[in-house]
Amino acid sequence: MKLVFSLMLFIFSEGGEKAGSPLDVNPGVILWTVVTFVALLLVLKKIAWKPILNSLSERENFIKESLEKADKAQKEAEKMIADNKIGLIKAEEEAQKIIDQSREYAEKLKSQILDESKVQAKKLIADAATEIERKNNEAFNKLKDQVADIAVQSAEKILRENLDKDKQIKLVNKYLEDLKN
Amino acid sequence: MWQTETKIVADTLKKVAEAKGSQDTGWIMHHVLDSRQLDLTPFGVVNLPQIHLFGIDISITKHVVFMWIAFILLVVTLRYVAKSYRKSLVPKGITNLTEVLIVFVRDEIVKPTIGKGSERFIPYLLTVFFFILTCNFLGLIPYGSTATSNIAVTATLATISFVVIQIGGMMKNGAVGYFKGLIPHGIPAWLLPIMFIVEILGLFTKPFALAIRLFANMTAGHVVILALLGLIFILHTYFVVPVSISFALFIFLLEILVALIQAYIFTMLSSLFIGMAVHQEH
Repeated sequence: MKLVFSLMLFIFSEGGEKAGSPLDVNPGVILWTVVTFVALLLVLKKIAWKPILNSLSERENFIKESLEKADKAQKEAEKMIADNKIGLIKAEEEAQKIIDQSREYAEKLKSQILDESKVQAKKLIADAATEIERKNNEAFNKLKDQVADIAVQSAEKILRENLDKDKQIKLVNKYLEDLKN
Repeated sequence: MWQTETKIVADTLKKVAEAKGSQDTGWIMHHVLDSRQLDLTPFGVVNLPQIHLFGIDISITKHVVFMWIAFILLVVTLRYVAKSYRKSLVPKGITNLTEVLIVFVRDEIVKPTIGKGSERFIPYLLTVFFFILTCNFLGLIPYGSTATSNIAVTATLATISFVVIQIGGMMKNGAVGYFKGLIPHGIPAWLLPIMFIVEILGLFTKPFALAIRLFANMTAGHVVILALLGLIFILHTYFVVPVSISFALFIFLLEILVALIQAYIFTMLSSLFIGMAVHQEH
């Protein structure tokens, strides 16, 4: 009984009116809390939450759209690259074809030119040969005439001089020497 | 018999009075409790105006002043944040910090707990979150005072939550449909009266728990810090100073965490209860 009493008294004396307790409820504070909170809610709703949340969703949409755009652009770029690749391959083929064609043409031209020049060369050789032949014949005929003249002259000289055997031989040898020169 | 008992009472009272005289714990309460003056020692004491209206004492108290400081801080900061979005959609500095919190409340608390139709409650829950967070932090700065360690404040906030929960539920399901939906399906008819009472009680216990949780958490941390520092003066020795300071510092850091967690929990549970009231089929 004693213990209960002292305990109760201890508790009640600590929680006296003067000391104040954390559990005391002040009606004024309640009123001011309601006023403050409701005012804060209304003010913030108008000046902060609406614009901020709108900006946030705006930005989210913006990011989403940007990502979509980027995705689209990338796909397009990929398509373009593929197209370019096909174009490149085609162009290469074309170029190869042109090169082949020109090579073929050059080959043909070469052989043609070669043939032509061969023919020309043959003709030239033939011309040269006939010319040589002609000149040869001319020279030969001239020589023949000269030899004939010389023979006639030497015959004349022989006939003009009195000739003995030795002299005849010497003469013939001498003329032969002359002829050689 | 009776006489001896009264004597015991008188003795106890005397002892209590003596104990009070020598080692008063009032200074702890002085820091935790609400008061009618702002204690700015050594710069002086500001007496707050006392107002009486219709016989009710509606004086401005320390906690009211700190609620107003929170109000001003929030309005100024969030106005700045809202304006900064007009310049550029890319957040920077304080905008970034605030945006993290706003997006956290919107995407991690409100959307998962309420789901469809959550947009209507986002402003309220954001305000609750930021208000409680700011009040909690204001108690951690020098000369500050925690408005959320006043049970009148937390009870009022919880009551507002209660009202929002009920009105949210009734707007979605209709007043009659809402109370019908409180009772789970498939209950035997004779259980209905009991279930109805239980569910109605449940409605009130939820905000009650909200109020007590916030109040107790915000009060307890301060009391522990003050008690640890008070060891120095109770034991009259300097040897206890390092222990007291380091422990108090640890509790203070814990308080920072608690300030965040309590704001989160209050918002989270309010949101959860709103979600339960709005979507009763679960």
